[in-house]
Formats: sequence, C-alpha cells, structure tokens
Amino acid sequence: MSKWQLITKGLVKDNPTFVLLLGMCPTLATTTSAINGLSMGLATLFVLVLSNMAISAIAPVVPDKVHIPVYIVVIATFVTLLQFLMQAYTPDIYATLGLFIPLIVVNCIVLGRAEAFANKHGVLDSALDGLGVGLGFTLSLTVLGLVRELLGSLSAFGWKIPGTGDGMLAFVMAPGAFLCLGYLMVLFNKFIAKK
Amino acid sequence: MEILLIIVSAIFVNNIVLAQFLGICPYLGVSNKLSTASGMSLAVCFVITLSTLVTYLLNKYLLLHFHLEFLQTIAFILVIAALVQMVEIVLKKVSPSLYQALGIFLPLITTNCAVLGVAINVVTKEFTFGLPSHMLGLGEAVLYAFATSLGYGLAMVLFAGLREHLALCNVPKAFKGVPIALITVGILAMAFMGFSGIA
Repeated sequence: MSKWQLITKGLVKDNPTFVLLLGMCPTLATTTSAINGLSMGLATLFVLVLSNMAISAIAPVVPDKVHIPVYIVVIATFVTLLQFLMQAYTPDIYATLGLFIPLIVVNCIVLGRAEAFANKHGVLDSALDGLGVGLGFTLSLTVLGLVRELLGSLSAFGWKIPGTGDGMLAFVMAPGAFLCLGYLMVLFNKFIAKK
Repeated sequence: MEILLIIVSAIFVNNIVLAQFLGICPYLGVSNKLSTASGMSLAVCFVITLSTLVTYLLNKYLLLHFHLEFLQTIAFILVIAALVQMVEIVLKKVSPSLYQALGIFLPLITTNCAVLGVAINVVTKEFTFGLPSHMLGLGEAVLYAFATSLGYGLAMVLFAGLREHLALCNVPKAFKGVPIALITVGILAMAFMGFSGIA
C-alpha cells in the first residue's frame, strides 16, 4: 500500500465512524457543534498518531502475553499529555469536551489501530496510518457536528445564519445525535458506499 | 429521600446511554438478543459498582493525598483492567455457571467507556440531587455507580427487546443494521428526555 493510500483510506473507504463503527461515544457526545466535533477529532488524531508511532517502535520487544496492558498504558500516557496541553492552551475547549478527553484511552479506534496496524509496521507507516484514520474520524465528527448545529441552532461553525430564529433544540440534545448519525449513515450507504 | 433522588436521577433522568452517551459500543454490539443483552448488563453492573468503589478509595487516599491527580487516567484504567481480570478469575472458581453465562463479555468490559466514565465522573464532578452541589461521599458514590449501571441495564434490555422485533421487519436496504438501530435509539432517547421533568 502506498504512503498516499495510507492517509486517504480512512476518509471514505475505511472511515472509522461510518464503515467501521468505532468510537461511537465521543462521536455522539461531542458533536453538539461543528467546532466541538472538529476539536474532538483533532484531539483523537493527536493521540492516534503518537500512540501508533510509540507502539510500532516498542512492539518487537513487548512480550505477547502483556501486550494489551502495555499498549493501554502507552495510550493513557499520551492522553494525559494531551490533557495537560489542552488545559494549558485551550482551556475553553477542554472544559466543553470534559470527560471525553480522558475517555480517549478507551476509544476503540486507538487500541484497534495499535492491534491491527502499528504492531506489524514501521514507525513512519504507522504514523501515516494514524494520521489517515484520525483525519477520517475528524471529518465524520465535523460533518455530524455541522449537521446538528445547522438543524439545532441554525448556525455553522459558530456563525449564526442571519435573519433566522431558534433551531430545533432536540438536535443539539441527546436524541438528535442518534437520529442525525443514523440518517447520515443511511445517506452514506446509499450514495457513497456503492459497491 | 436523597437516596431515592440519586437512584431516579441516575437511572432515568441522566441515563448513562441515552443522555450521557457512555458505553455505546457494547450497547450497539451485543443488543441483538435479549439474553446476551441481560448477561452483558449484569457483568457491567458488577464491574461498574466494584471499580467505582476501588477507584474512589484509590483517588482519595493515594492520588489526592500525594498530589498525584494527573495520574488519574492511567491509574484508573489500570485498576479497571486488573479488576476485570480478577473478577474473571474469581468467578471462574466460585461460580462457573455465571462465568459461562457472562463468557466473552467480561474481558470486553475493560474497554467499555461507561466504566472509566463513571469512575472519573464521581471523583471530579459536583452533583446536586436536589441538595446544594457537593462532591460525593463514598456511600453516595457507590450508590450512584450502582444506580447508573441499573440504568445501563434498563436501556440495554429495552433496546434488545425492540431490536428483536426490528430484525423481523422489512426495512429499506440502506437502513439495514446499524442505521435503523441508531434511529430507534434516538426515539428511545426522546422518550427518556421526558423524565427530565422529574428532576
């Protein structure tokens, strides 16, 4: 697989949200607006690239029996690092995303890529794979966030559409997350994932 | 009175799946059949309650005492992973039948974000439950965790029941599988939103 394919495959063909159905909790919980979705995607991307690189580097020396706990500790270390960085530079976003930043540890995408890709490939390839999957995740979170923001508060990326009133509040709240993701998946199956 | 408020709030008003979006992966993954769904709920209930008890004590007497709060994420996930492993070993020895019934679900619980989510929530967030907002004490924390996991079980069993009927319906091709399941959860969540009037 070429380096370019490693980056682009996560966007549509192996999209973590719409095709592989991984990492559903942050997908649903943090996409109340496009900005929030984008930030959550980038936070996951950060952990994904770094943990993929570290794990591909240490994989040859980790005994097979304890590889899962070791990977989880590596991932948890990068998540803690991310928590510090966000607390220092983007405290507002950190407060909004709240619990879901530490929960990146148990995001199945991160451990999934470590198991499925990083422990068998080189450091550079693993970094690119992390980047590709992370970008795919960021893309789907941003799209879902944008749709919910448009319907729920009639604005996009925090910019209010002029001359409009309030949106349908339900789309910013819990039921809207499930409904929007469900219908987006239907559209994805219908038009993009054609065989 | 406060006990009742904690229970109602955790099960219905702030349902862990339908309002807080925790533990969605197993929620969608193993809710195809009522029997597996109830097995999973039972295992989750057990692990959430136990891990909250352990992580609460760990946080209070070790991490806070030595000013190591930044280790919370790492320490908690390790405790949960070890605990799940231990529960597995003990169950295998003490009650082989329950172990058989829970089977594959036990190891999966380590990566269920509901467990880590509740453990982090009870030690970092302030709760109200109709009183001035305060940090939870040990008893309240464990009760909250237990009630939350009951809420998880409720949402799981309800959804599995719906899904068993859904499997027999003739839905359009693009809706098949996860999309229609998500739309069903959406409607279920809307019904649960009605409970927020109680709080």
